Amino acid sequence: MTDENQTGPSRRAFLTGAGAAAAGTLAGHASAQTDPAIAIHPWMQELGDGVDAAPYGMPSPHEADVKRRTVEWLTADPVSSINFTPLHDLDGTITPNGLCFERHHSGVARVDPAQHRLMIHGLVDKPLVLTMEDLKRFPRQNHVYFLECAANSGMEWRGSQLNGCQFTHGMIHNVMYTGVPLRLVLEEAGVKPEGKWLLAEGADAAAMTRSIPMEKALDDCLVAFKMNGEALRPEQGYPVRLVVPGWEGNMWVKWLRRLEVGDQPWHHREETSKYTDLMADGVARRFTWEMDAKSVITSPSPQAPITHGPGPTVLTGLAWSGRGTIPRVDVTIDGGITWQEARMDGPSTPKALHRFYYDFEWDGKPLLLQSRAHDSTGYVQPTKDALREIRGENSIYHNNGIQTWAVDADGKAENVEIS
Amino acid sequence: SPLAAEPLGLGRAATPEEIALWDIDVRPDGLGLPAGSGDVMTGDKIYTEKCSACHGVFGEGTGRWPVLAGGQGSLSDARPVKTIGSYWPYLSTVYDYVNRAMPFGNAQSLTHDEVYAITAYLLYLNDEVDEDFVLSSDNFAEARLPNEEAFKPDDRAEVEFAAFKEEPCMTECKPSVEITMRAAVLDVTPEETAAKAAAKAEEAQAAEPTPE
Repeated sequence: MTDENQTGPSRRAFLTGAGAAAAGTLAGHASAQTDPAIAIHPWMQELGDGVDAAPYGMPSPHEADVKRRTVEWLTADPVSSINFTPLHDLDGTITPNGLCFERHHSGVARVDPAQHRLMIHGLVDKPLVLTMEDLKRFPRQNHVYFLECAANSGMEWRGSQLNGCQFTHGMIHNVMYTGVPLRLVLEEAGVKPEGKWLLAEGADAAAMTRSIPMEKALDDCLVAFKMNGEALRPEQGYPVRLVVPGWEGNMWVKWLRRLEVGDQPWHHREETSKYTDLMADGVARRFTWEMDAKSVITSPSPQAPITHGPGPTVLTGLAWSGRGTIPRVDVTIDGGITWQEARMDGPSTPKALHRFYYDFEWDGKPLLLQSRAHDSTGYVQPTKDALREIRGENSIYHNNGIQTWAVDADGKAENVEIS
Repeated sequence: SPLAAEPLGLGRAATPEEIALWDIDVRPDGLGLPAGSGDVMTGDKIYTEKCSACHGVFGEGTGRWPVLAGGQGSLSDARPVKTIGSYWPYLSTVYDYVNRAMPFGNAQSLTHDEVYAITAYLLYLNDEVDEDFVLSSDNFAEARLPNEEAFKPDDRAEVEFAAFKEEPCMTECKPSVEITMRAAVLDVTPEETAAKAAAKAEEAQAAEPTPE
C-alpha cells in the first residue's frame, strides 16, 4: 500500500500520531473533540492473518502483561519453586491453562506418555500396571475444582508484604478436569479391608509422595488426564495427575506413576518437614488437608488500580472453600465498618472458584476494601488477626485471612493491614 | 447407570520385580527399609562431596537452601529454625527422602549403604549420635528424633470452627479504622525487569520464609 493510491490517511500518519488530524480534515469536521480512535485504522483496510497462521492460538499481543510471574527471592532455585496466576487480570472462574500457577519440586518432568505407567500395589488383591490407553477406557467424569497451594498467602502471616493479589493469592487455579474416579482404579485392583491409606507418587525427580486416607481416595478424587478439555499441560502433570478436591495442592500429585495401599500413613517429607503447621507453642498440626473458605478482591487491587476516576465502579473478586460452595460473600469499602452482600455470578459448584461483584458509585475518596466469604457449612472467613490469635505467625500454610486493599484518591491500591 | 459396578478387566498384573523397582518408600515402623548399613565417617565423606555445596559443611544451608541441622529448642521462638534435629518427627523420612529425591538434580543415584551413611551423618550433625555410630537396617527403629511427639492431628474443627461460624457484623461494626501496615514500606514485590528483581532479592533475604 502506498500513500499515492490511498483515499484515507496514510499508515505513516497513524504511526506518527498525525492520523487523527488528517482524518478530521478529510471528513471536513475538524474538531478538538474528535476521538483519534474514530479513524480509518490499518485493520479496517488491510488483510489479517489467515486461518493457518496460528494452529494453536495465543492471546492478543496487547495482553502480554497477563502472565504468570515469580518472586525470585522466595526460593533457592527456580526448579523447586512457585509462580503465580495473574488473578487481577482474569474474570469469570475458569483459569486459562497457560496461566495456571506452577509449583514443582524438581522441575517439569518431560514424560513420554507411551512410556508412562501407573502402578497400583500394596494391600490390594491384584497389583496392576495401567497404560494411558488403559486409563482412558475407564468411565470418565468432568468436574471443576480449584487447586490452591497450601502456602498461598503464606508470605503474609507476619503482615503485608507483597503488593498484588497475583502474589498474595495467586497460588491457585480452577479448571475443568476430565478423569477417572480414583475409586474405580482402586477397585480394579481390589483394596483389602486393612487398606486404610493410599500413597500417591509422581514420576518426576522429586518422586513427590503424599499419604491420603482411603475414605477420601474413594470419595471424590480423580485420576485426571485433561484440563479445560485438552491434555494436561506438562507443568500440570502431563500425562496424568491426581485431583484431590478441596484439599491442599501439594497432595494433587502430578505425573502420577504409583499408588500404594497401606494400613498406616507414610509420614513422608511433604507431610512432616513440609505441610505441617507450626503453632505458637511449638507444637505442629499435621494432616491439615482441607483448604478453608477464602476470598480476595481481584479488582481494584494493587496491580489493577482504578484508572477511570469517580463514578460507576466494578469491584470483583473470587471466593472458594475446600468444604463446599460459596453461597455468600460480603464486601466492605470502608475497612469493615459497614458490609454489603456482594452479587454472586456464574456457576456455583463445590470446591470450585466462585465469582462475585459489587457495583458501586465511587466518590473519589480513599477506600479500604475487604471481602468475606461464607461457605455452605456456615463457616465465615476470619480476619488475619483472628487466625494469628489461635495459630501464631509461623504456621506458613493455610492463611485464609481477610485481605485488605487501601485505595487512595488517585485510584491506586496497596496491600495493607488495618485495625 | 452406575460407574463401573464391577471390575472392567483393564490393565495387567504388576510383577514382583516391577513393584520392587518402583516401591522404594519407607515408613516410620521401618516397613520398606532395605538391608544395609553406613557409619558417620563414611557419611561425612559422601556428604562433603555430594551435599555440602547446597546444605553447608555443618548442615547450616547455603543461601536459601534448606538447613539440615541445629535449631533445637527454637520452635516456639519468633523465628524458629526447623531442621531434621529440631523439627522432623521420624528418621525414616530422612532415609526415604534422601533416597528418593537427593542429591537435587541427581536423584536416585545413591546406594542403600550410602543413604544409611548419610542418614547416620545427619544424626551426627544434629548431635544425636557420636562419631563412631553405625546405622543399619537392624538398629534403625531404635533411633528416634527428639521432636516426634510435638505433632498433633488437624484440630481446626474443634479449635476454630465455633468462633468462625458466628453470624458476622454488617453495620456499625467498629467506630474507626486505621492502617497498621503497608506492603509498600517493605517494597519487595518484583518489578518487571530482572535487574530490579535482583536488587529486591538482596533486601528481602532477611524478610520472610520460603513458601514451601
